[in-house]
Amino acid sequence: MSTHSGTGTKATRGLGIIVLLMLIALAFFGLVFSAEDVVQGSTVRIMYVHVPAIWVAYLAFGLTAVCSAVYLSGKNRSLAWDRVAGASGEIGVLFVAVSLVTGSLWGRLTWGTYWVWDARLTSTAFLFITYIGYLAVRRLGGTHRQRARRSSVLALLAIVEIPLVHFSVNMWRSLHQSASVADPNAKVQLDGLMLFSLFLGLFAFTLLFVWLVLHRQRTLQLEDAFADRGLDAAIAARREEAVK
Amino acid sequence: MEHATFVIGSWVLTAGSLIAYAVWIIRRGRALSKHATNEEMPWT
Repeated sequence: MSTHSGTGTKATRGLGIIVLLMLIALAFFGLVFSAEDVVQGSTVRIMYVHVPAIWVAYLAFGLTAVCSAVYLSGKNRSLAWDRVAGASGEIGVLFVAVSLVTGSLWGRLTWGTYWVWDARLTSTAFLFITYIGYLAVRRLGGTHRQRARRSSVLALLAIVEIPLVHFSVNMWRSLHQSASVADPNAKVQLDGLMLFSLFLGLFAFTLLFVWLVLHRQRTLQLEDAFADRGLDAAIAARREEAVK
Repeated sequence: MEHATFVIGSWVLTAGSLIAYAVWIIRRGRALSKHATNEEMPWT
């Protein structure tokens, strides 16, 4: 048995401490130091977690698709690609959920309702459900290779939804605002500390995502190894029975 | 702060869900690694 405990290394522990410090700084900048918005008032403070959450979700699903494509391309059929894809997809689902809930709370204060069947909200909810389906497909029976093949195909189909969600505010009439900070033509003027808080959130959440993926894919590697061990033990037991 | 319940609630829900998931991953990794061999843990 291993003498090492857990999925951490010196590098992940260092990264974890950096992420923790950045998240604490984000809480101070987002909730205390940054000014209230002229129009939104204090509700703008929800944006410092809502926007980074959906950014990480896009990133996570993008990574899932890239790893799936590498696996399916045949150049490198290592199951490690599939495990990173699975870990990233699972984390993406968590961040979409965070984005939906925080957006809903923001919507209650700004629009007067928790939910509207608006293009952006509906497409994001559909994205959430799609990737729950992706996670469900990963849990279907079969070998690791069968799991990797079918979930990779699904990940490549599901990624098409990301531009649909992102550009839904431009394609359809939407209650949700269109791109503001990222759009150079939008002429949005943000206070320096507000902009800093937003980018601190994006950076902190991205590093948190990296930390989570590293740990989760190692956990998945152990789960796969244990499943293989169980299968090997079952085959050995059958052989013993056959010999008797 | 205006609407403090909603604003703080958003942050608490975000932090709570992310911390809960991170703790679950770490605990699961520790539980599995107790029964793993060094070959099954190439990062060590």
